[in-house]
Amino acid sequence: MSLLVAQDLGIAFGGVVAVDGVSFSAAPGQVLSIIGPNGAGKTTLFNLVSGLYRARRGRVTLNGEDVTGAQPQVLAAKGLSRTFQNLQVFGRMTACENVMAGRHLRERRSLAADLFRLPAVRRQNRETRAAAEELLAFVRLGERGDTPAGALPYGALKRLEIARALAPEPKALLLDEPAAGCNAVETTEIDRLIRAVADRGVAVVLVEHDMKLVMKISDRILVLDGGRPLAEGTPAEVRANPDVIRAYLGPQHGREAAHA
Amino acid sequence: MQMRAVLASRFFSLFVLAAMIGLLPLAFPSGYYFRVAALVWISALAAIGLNILMGQAGQVSLGHAGFFGIGAYAVAIGPAHLGVPPWAALVLGAALSGILALVIGKPVLRLRGHYLAIATLGLGVLVAIVLTNESRWTGGPDGMPVQRLVLFGWRVAGAETWYWVSGAVLLLGTWLALNLTDTPTGRALRALHDSEVAARVVGIDVAAYKLRAFVIAAVYASVAGSLLALMNSFITPDQAGFLHSVELVTMVVVGGLGSVLGAIVGAAVLVTLPQLLTVFREYEHLVLGLLIMLFMIFLREGIVPSLRAIFAARLRTRAAG
Repeated sequence: MSLLVAQDLGIAFGGVVAVDGVSFSAAPGQVLSIIGPNGAGKTTLFNLVSGLYRARRGRVTLNGEDVTGAQPQVLAAKGLSRTFQNLQVFGRMTACENVMAGRHLRERRSLAADLFRLPAVRRQNRETRAAAEELLAFVRLGERGDTPAGALPYGALKRLEIARALAPEPKALLLDEPAAGCNAVETTEIDRLIRAVADRGVAVVLVEHDMKLVMKISDRILVLDGGRPLAEGTPAEVRANPDVIRAYLGPQHGREAAHA
Repeated sequence: MQMRAVLASRFFSLFVLAAMIGLLPLAFPSGYYFRVAALVWISALAAIGLNILMGQAGQVSLGHAGFFGIGAYAVAIGPAHLGVPPWAALVLGAALSGILALVIGKPVLRLRGHYLAIATLGLGVLVAIVLTNESRWTGGPDGMPVQRLVLFGWRVAGAETWYWVSGAVLLLGTWLALNLTDTPTGRALRALHDSEVAARVVGIDVAAYKLRAFVIAAVYASVAGSLLALMNSFITPDQAGFLHSVELVTMVVVGGLGSVLGAIVGAAVLVTLPQLLTVFREYEHLVLGLLIMLFMIFLREGIVPSLRAIFAARLRTRAAG
């Protein structure tokens, strides 16, 4: 049973078609990777699914419900979360506060209660902080909770974004190049995190350029090229697909690789 | 680390402020000082509200004196023309400001950066024009007298009395603002300040929270305007004018965006400096402008955050050394 389904999504910017007829479905506990050369439309696809862009055509369903064109905050309430390729942390807040902000939907929110800081607000704050600290420990940032996010190194910020994206307890998680710019050790750490998240029953959709990571971790892979779907299948199937090899390495290499 | 936690806690800020309000009069050589200090407390109240909008939510308002003016004229017009007691007029003025902010804020807060600045500037100018032109109600450009505030038979008058009344209201306003910082609302405001997309993706209704900050800031400014009008017993449209709006923004920025104590310090600087600089006579404004430029160059984060950072660095080197 698929949790997050995209059907025939399409969008154009000023006549340039960025995503054209792309479909995918992500199942709970599985990792679906979306790969393709730069400019293939991967991040655009994420922006469509997460409600930042409005699709010109196609449909998105989450848990069987049509959520096409819904605002990101509405999608978040229905269980969709994501990270960003170009980091979008709350730089002036501490690492812990970043994750606490991610618990927004799990909190009772009342402006009056907040202004007077009623006992219920204080109690809830403690619960939110505890939940955030648990997530920080999960991404191995337990020691850095009080550090302003703006002062954290790049690799730590990547993991902080994952912790914040997990804070609303999503059913589906879109990860946009979580290992980009990370060294080998950090990438191994990201690998472990993604597997652990999927094992919790979250449907993970991953955009990533690190092929070693993708091939190792994915249950299924969707290949995009020029905004269109090029191939889909298991890692082994995709690796053997001549179209994919051609798209990545150029036509002459494609032929050689297919024969190899 | 311990020391830094103490410095950052809201009780520390509240305690410092309460001690300042309580002890300052010991150093006052004359009644005139009570009046200047009361002016500081009232301006600080408006600045704290504006700081919630600008410092926390990161949205600028260049028309905030408009709400200040609405509060001021509410306590002038209410008792004079409508027979409403001054204290009720203060509450009604705050409600009116809040409702206006709600109605205007909805379309205006969709704008960002410079566009938002110009739109709010327009709002402030609009209020000032209405107050100037509706002279049958407002006395026009010459202003109008304001009835004395009477609470339970107690006639609130005199600089010293107003020092304590405005100080008490400032403490209340500070407490509420400090409360907000570390709650779901405060975190939502600070989050959308840093990244609107990320805030939306974690489920924060960005438009709704900007609107809340705008309404809170409007109510703070309105109450401050009412207090000033009641203290002065007279009000002119200048209080709603563009220059006053700029002054309020300058208080928040000079004191330190995002810092509640900073807003108070900023207000103190902008109210007291012109009084101190009268010795420069015709060069007064020149020196004032120069000083504000120097503040911004050398304490770029604003007075309170910059000093706090310097102090924290000192503590660290001492701990290390």
